[in-house]
Amino acid sequence: MSADLATYNFAYLDEQTKRMIRRAILKAISIPGYQVPFASREMPMPYGWGTGGVQVTASIIGPEDVLKVIDQGADDTTNAVSIRAFFQKVANVAVTTHTKDATIIQTRHRIPEQKLGENQVLVYQVPIPEPLRFLEPRETETRKMHALEEYGLMHVKLYEDIAINGRISKTYAYPVKVDGRYVMDPSPTPKFDNPKMHMSDALQLFGAGREKRIYAVPPHTEVVSLDFEDYPFEIQTFEQDCALCGAHGVYLDEVVLDDKGGRMFVCSDTDHCEDRREHGHVGAMLAPNQEAAE
Amino acid sequence: MSANTQAFTGGFSDPVFQSQSVFRMLMDGMARPGSIRSIEHDAGQPDPLGAAAGAIALTLCDHDTPAWLSAGFAKSAVGEWIGFHSGATITREKAEARFAFVEAGVTPSSFGLFSLGSQEYPDRSTTLVIEVAGLGEGQSFTLSGPGILQFKTVEIAGLPEAFLRLWADNRPLFPRGVDVILTAGRSFLCLPRTTKIVA
Repeated sequence: MSADLATYNFAYLDEQTKRMIRRAILKAISIPGYQVPFASREMPMPYGWGTGGVQVTASIIGPEDVLKVIDQGADDTTNAVSIRAFFQKVANVAVTTHTKDATIIQTRHRIPEQKLGENQVLVYQVPIPEPLRFLEPRETETRKMHALEEYGLMHVKLYEDIAINGRISKTYAYPVKVDGRYVMDPSPTPKFDNPKMHMSDALQLFGAGREKRIYAVPPHTEVVSLDFEDYPFEIQTFEQDCALCGAHGVYLDEVVLDDKGGRMFVCSDTDHCEDRREHGHVGAMLAPNQEAAE
Repeated sequence: MSANTQAFTGGFSDPVFQSQSVFRMLMDGMARPGSIRSIEHDAGQPDPLGAAAGAIALTLCDHDTPAWLSAGFAKSAVGEWIGFHSGATITREKAEARFAFVEAGVTPSSFGLFSLGSQEYPDRSTTLVIEVAGLGEGQSFTLSGPGILQFKTVEIAGLPEAFLRLWADNRPLFPRGVDVILTAGRSFLCLPRTTKIVA
């Protein structure tokens, strides 16, 4: 019996599925920010685990690619580890944790701190692709709103935020307008990452498996976060530096250390943090004098 | 070889990896309009279909995508070849076609008869694969739009005269409209509907 008999096709998906997804990707690129419906397949992982992103990655990946997978910025969390292992198994591709070495980066809810280049593709896992869904549950209506470029409801939502809270309270999945036309959900990335989408050198692809939508932002394309003249868009700022690498102006995770209020703030992008430490940057909790005191 | 025999010859020798390679160039090409790419894998297409157009047909077409052929292609083995290798049906209705293949020197009288998609579903539009005399040579055009940092200059030889006018009519329809892939032998470049072209 041949050992090949029971193996999967390269990158798991069958060729007809790949062609269907590939056609959707090409149309998505030619209509920036528009959600292209596609016939999402069942994947060997549950919805919510990035089945949309996995299908996009499986349709574009080739044997020459180097894949990086991140989950909330980290290479070593469950979702990232399992998807990376999946592609190692079904596509036998090279994988990396270094942002600069990767040709395809599949991400759940972060954009790497390091600026992406021309030869890189960022694939987002998207849970709810429709930015208007929580304002209008009917697909027929949201589709009509996109068709007519009728985004008043979204501005009312942002205005109500200001009326109630004194500021736009949305901190993640912050809506953006792509190339001056479509309002798009950047997936639940922190709004801190929104400016990185604007005029990016890298192609950005978005896959929503359960909702069966693919959309894209081509490189060098305007991506503007919605705001008001008197309440301009602002990103999160952090008072602390990263406790491990001392990085400033990056997105930090808060880690609770004990039950007495002890906490630390560390880079959410683990590769960025490790790279800085390798280059001799030291944060407050790794400082040599503190080690000596312990 | 008779037209009939030609239809059954060729095809990718390694469909999984060769179509992935062609698609990746198409994706990068669509994301960076006007950048010229050259296919490495010959699909063994019958004349007068070009190598790039043949590879694109086998990479993207299947039983879900009716294809339309210009007159010169329609009377050759091209239709049967695409049908045999990809499973796509050949349609004479432009509006039904997901892909249209146009031979060199022929100008479609209008893009409007092809599917332009609807305002709600602008993705349901035809992609035209148009053969020209040469890419990277000939007349200069300046492109701008998403995917292009400021401006990109590209040389195209043998672009049909009416093309710029048809394209100028296509652009204001956004988000509706056709997308175009220009092919010349092994080379191709992509023109998504967002691209502006100035001679």
